[in-house]
Amino acid sequence: MRIDAKGIHYRPLNKIIRIAAASGEKEFELDNVGGQRYIGTGLNDSIKITINGTPGNDLGAFMNGPKIIVNANAQDGIANTMNAGEIIVHGSVGDIIGYGMRGGKLYIKGDAGYRVGIHMKEYKKQVPIIIAGGTAGDFFGEYMAGGIMILLGLNGKSPLVGDYVGTGMHGGVIYIRGKVDPYHLGKEVSCLELGEEDMKLLGSYLKEYCEHFGFDFNEVVGGKFTKLVPLSHRPYGNLYVY
Amino acid sequence: MKVDGIPSGCAISGMMSEDGRRIDGRVIIKSIACMHDRSNGLGGGFAAYGIYPKRKDQYAFHMMYDNIESKEATEEFFKDAFNVDKDEPIPTFRENGISNPPILWRYFLEVPENKLEFISERDYVMKTVMKVNSDIEGAFVASSGKNMGAFKGVGYPEDIGKFYKLEDYSAYIWTAHGRFPTNTPGWWGGAHPFTLLDWSVVHNGEISSYGINKRYLEMFGYRLELRTDTEVIAYLFDLLVRRHKFRTDRAIMALATPFWKDIDRMEPEQKKIAIAIRQVYGSTLLNGPFSIIIGHSNGMIGLNDRIKLRPMTAARKDDMLYMASEESAIREIAPDLDEVWSPRAGTAVIGTLRDVE
Repeated sequence: MRIDAKGIHYRPLNKIIRIAAASGEKEFELDNVGGQRYIGTGLNDSIKITINGTPGNDLGAFMNGPKIIVNANAQDGIANTMNAGEIIVHGSVGDIIGYGMRGGKLYIKGDAGYRVGIHMKEYKKQVPIIIAGGTAGDFFGEYMAGGIMILLGLNGKSPLVGDYVGTGMHGGVIYIRGKVDPYHLGKEVSCLELGEEDMKLLGSYLKEYCEHFGFDFNEVVGGKFTKLVPLSHRPYGNLYVY
Repeated sequence: MKVDGIPSGCAISGMMSEDGRRIDGRVIIKSIACMHDRSNGLGGGFAAYGIYPKRKDQYAFHMMYDNIESKEATEEFFKDAFNVDKDEPIPTFRENGISNPPILWRYFLEVPENKLEFISERDYVMKTVMKVNSDIEGAFVASSGKNMGAFKGVGYPEDIGKFYKLEDYSAYIWTAHGRFPTNTPGWWGGAHPFTLLDWSVVHNGEISSYGINKRYLEMFGYRLELRTDTEVIAYLFDLLVRRHKFRTDRAIMALATPFWKDIDRMEPEQKKIAIAIRQVYGSTLLNGPFSIIIGHSNGMIGLNDRIKLRPMTAARKDDMLYMASEESAIREIAPDLDEVWSPRAGTAVIGTLRDVE
C-alpha cells in the first residue's frame, strides 16, 4: 500500500496503517512524510513500512514486530519502549532514542543525539540492540540495564561520544569503535579489552548493519573497539542506606 | 477549538536570510504549523525584522490594551515622552476563531532630543517600556524595536499568524512560537516572543533560575511584569550585549556557562575568561531546560541549555539559516538543505546579516 502522507495529520495516517495491517496488508510505502508522529507505534504485525520524508517523534514506540525503513533523518524518541522489530534509518536521528527499549534492532547510518538508550533492558532472549554509524551526544547508555549498544564513529567527527557515558549503567554492554577519554565516562562503568566472544558478537551484528548501509564490513570490524560494562549490578544499592 | 491529545512541549522555529532578503510571513506560519501538536492553543506568536523599512529609524511600539482607558493613559504618556509620528490599529483578520483580543495598536515614535541630556536613547526607550508595563494598568508593550515587531496572542500560532495578516509583512528574520504553558497563565501579554528594543526571544522549556535572574535584572532597572520566566532572557541579552558590550559568544558563555569540570580542562586564556564570567555574572546563568531563538536587527541566535533538555535542529540552504524544534518543520519550508545538524548543548548557532556596518 502506497500512501501520500502530505498534509495528513498523524491520527488518520496511523489509523489507515493500523486498519490495513489488521486486514492483512504487509507492505507500506509512505511518501512526503513531514513530522507525523507515532508511525509504527504499538503495531504487532510483521509488516514493512518504508518512509520517504522526515518522520515525527516517537517513531516505532512500543512497537512489537514491524520493520521500518527511513530514507531520511529521523527525530526524537525513536523506539521508545520498543519490544520487537527493526528500525533502519538512512540518516541521523535526534535525542532520547531507544528509551527503555526491551527488544528489537535500531540501526542508524549517521549520528545519534543525546540520551541514546537510556534504561535499555533485556530479559533472556529479548536483547535490544542499537548501532549508530556516526557520533552520539551526552548520556549515552545512561542507567542502561541490558542490551547492546555499538557506536562506530565512521564519519570521523569529534568528539565521538559526549559526557556521562553509561552513568548509572548496571547491565548490558557498550562497544565504541575508537578510544574513549575516561573523562567522558560515567563513574559506574569500566573499560575492558575485547575478547573472542565479543568479536564474534560484534561480527554478527555488524555484518547485518554494513549490508543495510553499504559500509565495508572488514574495515568497520577491523577498527579498535572499546568495551564498556557496568562495575556493579546495583550501583546505588547503598545510596539511601544510612 | 480543536482538542488533541497532549504530546506536550512548546514549538519554536526561526528563519533568516543572511543576505537580508525579505520573505513574507506565510513561510514561517507553514513551518510552525507543522509542529501544531507541540502547542495547545494557549499561545502563539512571531517576531519579524525588516517589516517597516519606510520608518526604519523610528521606534515601532506594538501595544496591547485591556480597555480604552489604558489606551488613553498610555497615549497621554507617549505624548509627553516621545514625538508620535504616526499611530494606527494593527491590522487584523477577525474571522478565524481568535477570541477576545485586546486593543492592538502601533505607534511610530521618535525620542525628543531634550530627553537625552543624561541618558542614551536606547536606555531611555527601555525605561519607558518598563514604565508602561509596570505603571499603566492594562497596557503592555508587545515590542519596541526599530524596523521590527512582535505579533502574538492566545491561540495556535498558525491562527495567530492569520489573525495578524502576516502575509502582508516581509522580513529578513522571522521567529515563531507555539505555546504549551505549564507553569504560568496563557494570556496575550504572556505569549512569546518576549521583546525589548530590537531583542526578541522564543523559548521552549522553563527557566528554573528565574528568581535569581529577576533579582539581578532589577538592580539594573528592569521590571519583570509579564508573569513568565522567558522574559528574563530578552532582558539579559539587552543587559549583557547592549549595555555591558559583551561579544555574542561571551554573552552565551554567561547564560549557558560551562561546567566547572569543563573549565578545568580549558586552555589558560580561555579558562581565565570563563572563571571571570562565572564569578562576575553568576546571576545571569540560565538554569533549567531550554531551547531558545533570539532575534535582533543584525542576526539570529539559537541556543540550548547545557545538557540539551530541549530539542533543536539547525540547517542551512544558500543564504538561509533555519532553526526549529523539529527537522520536519524546516523540511516543510525547505525540503532540500545544504546542511542540517543538531547543535550541541550550550553551543550557539549564530546567523549574521551580511554587509552590516
